[in-house]
Amino acid sequence: MSNKIANAGNIGKKVRSDCYVTLELKDSGGIVINQKSKVQVLYGDSNNELCKDVLSFFGIENAILTLEDRGALPLVIAARIEAAIKTLIDTDKEYLLDFIDENNYTSEKEQFRFSRLYLPGNSPSMMLNAGIHEPNGIILDLEDSVAYNKKTEAQHLVRNALRGINFYGAERMVRINQFPKGLEDLKYLIPHNVHMLLVPKCEGADQIKQLEKKIVELKSQHKVTHSIFLMPIIESALGVEKAFEIATASENVVALAIGLEDYTADLGTRRTNEATESFYARSRMVNACKAAGIQAIDSVFSDVGDMEALKANVKVSKGLGFEGMGCIHPRQIKVIHESFAPEAAAIDKAMKIVNAFIIATEKGLGVVSLGTKMIDPPVVKRAEKTINLAISLGLISENWREDFLNEQAG
Amino acid sequence: MGNKYSGLVTNAVGRLVPTEVNGEKQVPFQGVGKFKPNASKHGPKINSCADFPEDGNKQVKSLKEALVKAGLKDGMTISTHHHFRNGDLVANQIFDVAKELGVKNLRWVPSASFPCHEHLIQYLEDGTIHHIEGSMNGPLGRFASHGNMKGMGVLRSHGGRYQAIQDGEVKIDITVIGAACADEFGNANGLHGPSASGLLGFALADSQYADKVIVVTDNMIPFPCVPWQIQGNYVDYTVQIEQVGVPEKIVSGTTQITKSPDRLLLAEMTAQFCLEAGIIRDGFSFQSGAGGTSLAVGDYFAKIMREKNIKARFARGGSNKYLVSMLEEGLVDYILDGQTFDLDGVKSMAENPNHTWTSPFTSYNYHGKGNFAGLVDVVILGATEVDVNFNANVVTHSDGLLLHGIGGWQNCLFSKTVILPVPLFRDRFPVILDEVTTICGPGELIDVIVTERGIAINPKRKDLIEKLKDTNLPIKSIQELKDEAEKICGKPAKPEFDDELIAVIKWVDGTIIDAVKKVKS
Amino acid sequence: MVPTEINGEEVIPFKGIGKHKPTGRKYAPPIPTVLDYPEDGNKVVGSLKEALKKCGLSDGMTISTHHHLRNGDLVSNTIFDAAKEMGVKDLVWFPSASFPCNEPIMVYLEDGTVNRIEGSMNGPLGRFVSQGKMKGTAVLRSHGGRAQAIQDGEVKIDIAVLAAPSSDLFGNANALSGPSACGVLGYATTDFLYADRVIVITDNLVDFPNMPMEIQGNYVDFVVVVDKIGIPERIVSGTTQITKSPDRLLIAELTADFLQESEILKDGCYMQAGAGGTSLAIGHYLHQILKEKGWKSKLGFGGSTKYMVQMLEEGTMEHIMDAQAFDLDAVASIANNKNHHQYPVFNAYNFHSKGNLTSMMDIMILGATEVDVNFNGNVATHSDGYLLHGIGGWQNCLHAKNVILPIPLFRDRISVIKDEVTTICGPGEMIDIIVTERGIAINPRRKDLIEKMKNSSLPIKTIEELKAEAEAICGPAQKPNISDEVVAAIKWVDGTVIDVVRKVID
Repeated sequence: MSNKIANAGNIGKKVRSDCYVTLELKDSGGIVINQKSKVQVLYGDSNNELCKDVLSFFGIENAILTLEDRGALPLVIAARIEAAIKTLIDTDKEYLLDFIDENNYTSEKEQFRFSRLYLPGNSPSMMLNAGIHEPNGIILDLEDSVAYNKKTEAQHLVRNALRGINFYGAERMVRINQFPKGLEDLKYLIPHNVHMLLVPKCEGADQIKQLEKKIVELKSQHKVTHSIFLMPIIESALGVEKAFEIATASENVVALAIGLEDYTADLGTRRTNEATESFYARSRMVNACKAAGIQAIDSVFSDVGDMEALKANVKVSKGLGFEGMGCIHPRQIKVIHESFAPEAAAIDKAMKIVNAFIIATEKGLGVVSLGTKMIDPPVVKRAEKTINLAISLGLISENWREDFLNEQAG
Repeated sequence: MGNKYSGLVTNAVGRLVPTEVNGEKQVPFQGVGKFKPNASKHGPKINSCADFPEDGNKQVKSLKEALVKAGLKDGMTISTHHHFRNGDLVANQIFDVAKELGVKNLRWVPSASFPCHEHLIQYLEDGTIHHIEGSMNGPLGRFASHGNMKGMGVLRSHGGRYQAIQDGEVKIDITVIGAACADEFGNANGLHGPSASGLLGFALADSQYADKVIVVTDNMIPFPCVPWQIQGNYVDYTVQIEQVGVPEKIVSGTTQITKSPDRLLLAEMTAQFCLEAGIIRDGFSFQSGAGGTSLAVGDYFAKIMREKNIKARFARGGSNKYLVSMLEEGLVDYILDGQTFDLDGVKSMAENPNHTWTSPFTSYNYHGKGNFAGLVDVVILGATEVDVNFNANVVTHSDGLLLHGIGGWQNCLFSKTVILPVPLFRDRFPVILDEVTTICGPGELIDVIVTERGIAINPKRKDLIEKLKDTNLPIKSIQELKDEAEKICGKPAKPEFDDELIAVIKWVDGTIIDAVKKVKS
Repeated sequence: MVPTEINGEEVIPFKGIGKHKPTGRKYAPPIPTVLDYPEDGNKVVGSLKEALKKCGLSDGMTISTHHHLRNGDLVSNTIFDAAKEMGVKDLVWFPSASFPCNEPIMVYLEDGTVNRIEGSMNGPLGRFVSQGKMKGTAVLRSHGGRAQAIQDGEVKIDIAVLAAPSSDLFGNANALSGPSACGVLGYATTDFLYADRVIVITDNLVDFPNMPMEIQGNYVDFVVVVDKIGIPERIVSGTTQITKSPDRLLIAELTADFLQESEILKDGCYMQAGAGGTSLAIGHYLHQILKEKGWKSKLGFGGSTKYMVQMLEEGTMEHIMDAQAFDLDAVASIANNKNHHQYPVFNAYNFHSKGNLTSMMDIMILGATEVDVNFNGNVATHSDGYLLHGIGGWQNCLHAKNVILPIPLFRDRISVIKDEVTTICGPGEMIDIIVTERGIAINPRRKDLIEKMKNSSLPIKTIEELKAEAEAICGPAQKPNISDEVVAAIKWVDGTVIDVVRKVID
C-alpha cells in the first residue's frame, strides 16, 4: 500500500447532512473511531456502530477512522467510508444498506417529463427533500456538478441514495459522465432501480449503442427486468446535426434534451435571453424528436430568482414544441408545471377519449372509438395522464367524469 | 365613614386644620418640600386574563349592568374625570343608577365638577352620595359651603389627585371613564367622535389604580382604538350609550382673547415684564391658561417672539387655537398638553405629532421622580385673592363661599417663575388682602403679581428685582398695591364664618394646607 | 417533576391552563418625591458607575435590562464591569433576553459577581447553564411572563438600566432617532413602571422634551450619556430576507394554503408572524392572497419587518402593533406611519391583566425546536438537552385562536416530532396545527378544522404518521445523558413552573 490515508465527503460550517471521513489504515492497534458529530448526543453510538460495521465488512482490522459529522444519514456515512476504503483497497465488494420499499416503482415511456430537477451528485443535503417538491424527475448528477477528484465518492453516494432516499414517486434519473467515462458509472446505477440515464454531450448513435450493450450486460447480471430509458443530451453542433440518428438509436431513447450552455460555446457565441443563436438547434432537435416519436426537452433556465422570466421562457419553449424543461431550483418546478400544463382544449379532448374508453370497457368492446375515429391504447394512456395531471394541478376535479356526463346530458 | 373631621392643629402656614378627615388620618402641611413619603405606592389587585373574555369583547349592555357587575355597593368610592366639562352626561347617570339600586354613602372622586352636576345635590341630600372629594364648582360648592354635605369635602390639585390615588390615599373601587372614542376591549381616547375633548389624561390614575374600570362611550369603534390613551388592559367593562357629552359644552367652538381694555393692559404688562426679566429667550418654555387674560398674554408673547426672532422649546397646554397657531407658525416646537379647550386644540392634537398629550402624572405628580411643571420657565396663573405675604387663594371667594377647584394651579407653582396677573379689585372686592381667606399656595412660591395699577415682585426674588430696577414698568411693593386697592374700595369687613369646617385643601404632597369653613347663613 | 422552591423562593407548580388564579396585589414600588430630584430636571450623572452607586448598587440586587439592542448591545456587559469594580457580589441579572454578545458576563457568573440570570439564555450562556456551571438556578419566562412577574412582585427589580437610542436630561426616552435607533422600547415598559431605581443610558442626548416619551422621565432616577450604546448593524438588520430555502418555502406555501382553505385567513383577521425566513415567506404568501381577494388584515402584531410595512403601505393591513422592530424599514415606519403603533409587551402579552391582545389573534405563526405526539411544544432546549433559546413571546402567543407551527420534520438528522418533548414550554392543547414539508397534522381537539379540511388536497396526516416518517428517515435516536440536577426553571405565563431543564452530562 503506497498511500494509507484517504478522505471522503465534505467539510465546512455550511455543510449539512453530510460528513467528512479520514481513514488511515494501520498495521496494528485495531479499530479506532474518532467521532465529532453535531448530533453526537442522539446518534453518536449508532454512528460508531455503523463505522465499525463498514470497516469490518471490508475486512479492515487496524485503522483510525475520523468522522466529522454534520448530521449525515447512515447511507451518507456509509458511502463516504466505502469511498475512502476503495481509494486505498481494490475490492469489488459493496456495502449496501436496505433498499427502501418506497422506491420500488418503475417509469414508463409515455410519462410526462415537464420538469426534471438537477441535484449535484455529491451533495446529500439536497437529495433528502428533493422529492417533496414533486418534480416529474429527479436527476442525480455525476457529471458537471461533481469535481473530478470526487467522482468515486459521488458514485457511491448516488448508489446509496437510489437505494435509501425516498424519491416520492419522481422518475429516478442519473446523469452519467461523458462517453466513454460514463460507462464506468453504470454498475453503481443499473442494479438500483434507476429509471433513466441522461447521456451528456451525445454526438452519435454509436455512443448510445455501446451504452445499451453495457446496460444489457449489467441488467442480465443483476436480473433487472424493467426498461432503463435514455435521455441523450444534445450539447454540440455535431449533436444537433445527428439528432434524428440519436433519437432513433434505441427504443429506450424516450427523449432528447438540449444543453444550451455547451452548445453556444461550441458555436463560439454567447447565450442570450432572446435565444436567437439557438433557434435553429432547438427547432432542429424538436423536429428530430417528433419524427422519432419521442419527447423534446428544453435546457435549464438559470436565473432562479426570476419566476416571471422563467414563465415567459417556458411559454416560448412550449410554443417551439418542447414538452419539458430542466430545473436547477425546486421553486422552478411549480412554474414549469403550470406553464406546460395542458390547455383547456387538450383536457377536453382527453376527457372525451377517456370517457369513450370507459364506455367501451363497460360494454366489453375491444376497440375504442371516438366518433368515427379509432383510438389506440397509447393514446388512451396519454389522455389518462393528461387528466391525472389536470387533477393534480387543480384544473379539474377528481370527480370530473360526473361533471363531464352532466354537461353532455344537459 | 367616621367623623367629618377631628383633632385640629395649626400647620406650618398657621392655619387650623384637622388631623382626621372622614375617618382617615391626615398630615398637616409642614412647609414647602418638607414632607417626605415613606411608603409604597398602592398595589391594585392582580388580575388574570382567565377571567376576561378571550375575544377581548368586554362590552355589557348598560352602565347599570356594568356597575352591578363591578359590585357597586354601599360606601364605595366612585371616580370620574372632567374632560367633558360642563357637557358631562356620565357622572349624573352613575348616581341615578346607584339611587335606583338603593346604594348609599358613596364617595365621589371627580377630577373636577361643573354646574351640570347640580343634579347630584339630591343624592348628597338623600344619602346616596356621602361626600365629594374633588373640585366643587358653583352649585355644589355653594351646597358644601353651607354645611349641607354629610362628609368633608377634600380638594386636591390635579397632581395631588394623581398622587393621592397612586399613594393609596384614595382607593377607588370603581372608576367610570367617559370616552369620546373606545373599542370593546376598552382602549379609549378623547380624540375622535362627537364628544371629542382631545385627551383623557385626568382618568389615567383612575385606570391604573382603580379596582374596577368601566369605559363608557357613544362612539364604539372596532378594535383597535388608537391611540390608546386609556389602555384596555386596565379595563373591566365597556358600555355604549347614546351620548356621553353635550359637544358645545365640552369644548368651546372658539376661545377668545379678552376685549376688556383693563385685561389687555394686564396682559401686555405681563408680557413686557417677562421680556425685560429675560424670561422670554430662545428655547424658553411657558404655560398660560385659557382665560381671556391668559390668552392675551400668550398673544403678546407671540408678538415679541416674532419681532425678536425667538422660539420657545415648548408650551404647556391646556391648548387653544392661539397656542396651536403658534405651534403651526413655528414659534414653539412642542405643545405638552393636559387638556384642550377648543376644537382647534382637539384637531391639532389628533394630527400634529408635536402636539402631545401628557397626564397629571407626567406633568404634575409631586410624588414622581420629577415632573414637567417644575421645568417650565414661566407660568401665568390666576387667583381669587392674594395677600401681602404673596399667599394666594383660588378656591374661595372673599365672601367665604367655596366656588372653584384648584385645578393644576398648585402644581404649576413649582415653575421657575410664577406670575399672577390679577385685577387690583373685582366689583369692589379688593384682590390683595392682609390675609387670604383660604391658603391654596404659600407665598414663597409666587413670584410676581401684575395688576393694572402696578407690579409687585416677591422680595425673595432678588434676581428679578435687580433685573427690573431700571424698568419703566410700574414696580411697586405688594403693600403699596394693597393700600391702593383699599383706598379705592374701602377696607372690607371680615366675612363671618361658622367654626365648623366643611372642606380641606390638600397640598401637592398630600398634607393639609388649609380648611374651608362653613359660611354663616 | 418540578421543584417547589427555586433560589430560596417558593414557586407554584403548573396547575393547567387558566387554573392558577392570583390573589395578591401588584407590586407597589416606593413612593418617590420630586424633592429628591433636581429642580431643573437635569438628571445626568457622569458615568454608569456613578449612577449605579447613587442607586445604591449592593450585593444580591436584581438588575434588569431590555434586549432591544439585540446582539449589538454595548450596555449590559458594562453594568457588570462596574459591579465587579465595585466588588459587588451575587447580583441577579434580569434581561428581557440575552444574546451571544453577552458572553463576557460568563466571567462574572464564574467569579460570583452575578449569581444567576433570570431571562432567556441564548447560545453560549445557555450552554454554560446547561453544564451546571451557574451558581443560582436560571429562570426562564416568556416576554409576557416577565411583565407578569415584575408587576406581581415575583421579581423585584432594584435597578433597571435601560439603554435608549435617544433621551433628554429628564429621562424621557424613545428609540426613533440616534445611531442606535431600534424603533420601539416595548420590553422596557414594565421595568420602568415597577423598578425601584431606573437609569436611562443613551448615546444621543436631545433637548427636553424628547417626544414621544416611550419611557417617561417621571419614572427615571438618573440619565447617563456614553459614546455608544450599541452597534447599529447588529441591532436591526439593514434588511430582513425571505428564506430562499426551497424546503422552507414549501412549508410556507403549505401553511398559507392551509390558512386559506381552512378560512382562518379572512377579511379583517388579526395575524402575527415572526421575522424568521419561513415566517416572512408565509407573510408574503398571505399578502398575495389578501391582495388577490381584495381583503385586509385588521392588524398585524410585530416585531415588524419591511414585509409587514409593505402590507401596511399597500393596504392589505390596517394597523401594525409593535413591541419591537426588526429592520430599518420598520423603524422608519413606526416613526412616520400613523397606523404603525408602539405596543409594549405589557399590553400585548401580560396574562395577569384584564385581557390582552394574544387571545384575539386569528393567525399565529410560531416555531419550535420540538413538538411531541401530544402537540406539546418546546422552544428552550434542543433534543440533546442543551438550553439554547429563550421563550420570547412564544408562550403568550399560544393563546391565539389558531396556533400554527410550520417546522421542518427534522433538522440535521434530528427529528422534530417526538414521543415526548425534552422540555414542555407550551401544553399541546394550545397548539393547533403542525405544518411540515411532508405533511400537516391537526390537533385532534380541533374537530372543526379536521372537518373543514377533510376534502383538502393538502397532505393532512396524523402527528403519529409524521413522527413515524421522520423516524424512518433519521433512524432511532439514543437518549441524551442528562442528570437529575435542575439548572433552570421554565415559568408558564401565570408565574407557575411548567417544567425544568436539567444538567447535561458531557
